[in-house]
Amino acid sequence: MVEKKFTVIDKVGIHARPASALVQAAGQFTSDVQLEYNGKSVNLKSIMGIMSLGIGQDAEIIIRAEGDDEQAALEKLEETMSKEGLAE
Amino acid sequence: MTLLKGIAASSGIVLAKAYRLIEPDLSFEKRKVEDTAKEVERFQVALSVSKDELEAIREKAKVELGEDNAAIFEAHLLVLSDPELISPIEDKIKNEQVNAEYALKETADMFITMFEQMDNDYMKERAADIRDVTKRLHAHLLGVQLPNPSMISEEVIIVAEDLTPSDTAQLNRQFVKGFTTDIGGRTSHSAIMARSMEIPAIVGTKTVTEDVKDGDFLIIDGLKGEVHINPTEETIASYKEEQIRYEEKKAEWAKLVNEKTVTADGEHVELAANIGTPDDLEGVKNNGGEAVGLYRTEFLYMGRDQLPTEEEQFDAYKAVLEGMDGKPVVVRTLDIGGDKELPYLDLPKEMNPFLGFRAIRLCLEEQDIFRVQLRALLRASVFGNLKIMFPMIATLAEFREAKAILEQEKEILVAAGTPVSDEIEVGIMVEIPSTAVLADQFAKEVDFFSIGTNDLIQYTMAADRMNEQVSYLYQPYNPAILRLVKMVIDASHREGKWTGMCGEMAGDELAIPLLLGLGLDEFSMSATSILQARSQIRGLSKRDMVELAEKALEMRTAEEVVAEVKRVTEEK
Repeated sequence: MVEKKFTVIDKVGIHARPASALVQAAGQFTSDVQLEYNGKSVNLKSIMGIMSLGIGQDAEIIIRAEGDDEQAALEKLEETMSKEGLAE
Repeated sequence: MTLLKGIAASSGIVLAKAYRLIEPDLSFEKRKVEDTAKEVERFQVALSVSKDELEAIREKAKVELGEDNAAIFEAHLLVLSDPELISPIEDKIKNEQVNAEYALKETADMFITMFEQMDNDYMKERAADIRDVTKRLHAHLLGVQLPNPSMISEEVIIVAEDLTPSDTAQLNRQFVKGFTTDIGGRTSHSAIMARSMEIPAIVGTKTVTEDVKDGDFLIIDGLKGEVHINPTEETIASYKEEQIRYEEKKAEWAKLVNEKTVTADGEHVELAANIGTPDDLEGVKNNGGEAVGLYRTEFLYMGRDQLPTEEEQFDAYKAVLEGMDGKPVVVRTLDIGGDKELPYLDLPKEMNPFLGFRAIRLCLEEQDIFRVQLRALLRASVFGNLKIMFPMIATLAEFREAKAILEQEKEILVAAGTPVSDEIEVGIMVEIPSTAVLADQFAKEVDFFSIGTNDLIQYTMAADRMNEQVSYLYQPYNPAILRLVKMVIDASHREGKWTGMCGEMAGDELAIPLLLGLGLDEFSMSATSILQARSQIRGLSKRDMVELAEKALEMRTAEEVVAEVKRVTEEK
């Protein structure tokens, strides 16, 4: 399993549009991908799961991937986070 | 004919037949299902049909509304592919042996409730997205066709309870000329879409779906926020003329977006906008606003069940200051109480709310609320050109107390190492006659005045502006009002300060020549009036208007003043 911590810098947090991008990115991999925030963990392939966390600016989140392509999945998600202006 | 009032969400005038976009009956009964595998399959078919349909809508939206507006459907499609939504529905069908409609409704409602309970407005609104997406799925399960506005083939005005993003994306722009809804506000999806489609819209009418039948003839006046239902021939004729005039003028005004506001003889005045939320900034830019002359902060406090936090306020103020890019932003501190209620503050009902416990009176009493707002403002001050304005000031003591609280909060922040701008001007609203009369004394202590004409007129004339029987006393052109305005402007100039105006009067075509002549420095109005005012001012000579104003101050009645303004301005 691999994981990485992020601090959300976007002013409105993870809203619908970047959340969609993250879900689409996660969906390209077979690994199980989870997002943890505030002690709660959700499936990162689920848009409702992510949005239900209500992640705002400055939130500390952890993304975890576990499976055959876990490394590639984590790298892709890190890239998506910065491309969508969610993290540096 | 009937006249209905609502919120003008997008400006312009349009006349057309009504097309009711009303929900079909999606009711169903809970059923026990024997063959659950077949029921799951039926669900999957409806799911895939819904996805195909959404994809088509998304493509259409991309072409007609642009990538940005189409992005929302990307999120909708993901909802329909979401394992967290879909698996529980399928499980429910299998485990509880219930029909797909029931399983869908139960599961979707759970998510909708969850989103609605979040304390973040953005997330709350996402509940509407889930409702929108699952409705489509539901209709396909029931074999019901959702209304298909993309098939409309004549010019219409859409009448609906509310318009969802997928509704608006399906609107055929060739034929849909405007819309009006029961619910919604200036920042709801439908209002934002209307502005980006540049079609007139009136939202929040409360009853338009009840009052209008299919095929009724409607006029939407997006300037005044009015819907005329089956108007008389006369009204139709006059609106048709007004529509043509408006379109012609709009084309002329649009050329002035980046021009300065100068009179024919070269005097500059500032044209500013009144705003309620950071979302209004787009309109300010599109209309060439030179400043924000009134930021009504009470919207931050309304439509919720608790006070906004310092952070929420800070974010909003910062967004406005940054958005204006160094141009002045006059923020009015909380003007609530009296007729503007906040249920969660539990204020007592009053006999005379306009004369009661409101605005600065309330803030000086409930200092916890006031101090939070001031801290948020002070912290945001470094992101732009902030000016703070206290509403409903009646005495110098009130101003001094409010300013002292501001200074205290500033000292605390600075001591804690928080950067605060040293350039913040602190001024007052002039809406109470005592303050206008004593303006020479106020001018020694305040940095600026902003005249709130709606209240100044009602207090001077002792006429409740909500009471239609005394509405004839709402007389902005009454020489008594003009003299008060002059006293305020002159008092500020003698001390090297400035005076603005942020009531309806500042954007009024007949008042502008007088105000220019009286020496008003800043005119603040709704963003959509700015270009019109700029165009008018460019045609007026300051010298002539000074002469006009001097004459008006010596007149006896409002009627005489109006006649003189018309004579002088139409002469040229």
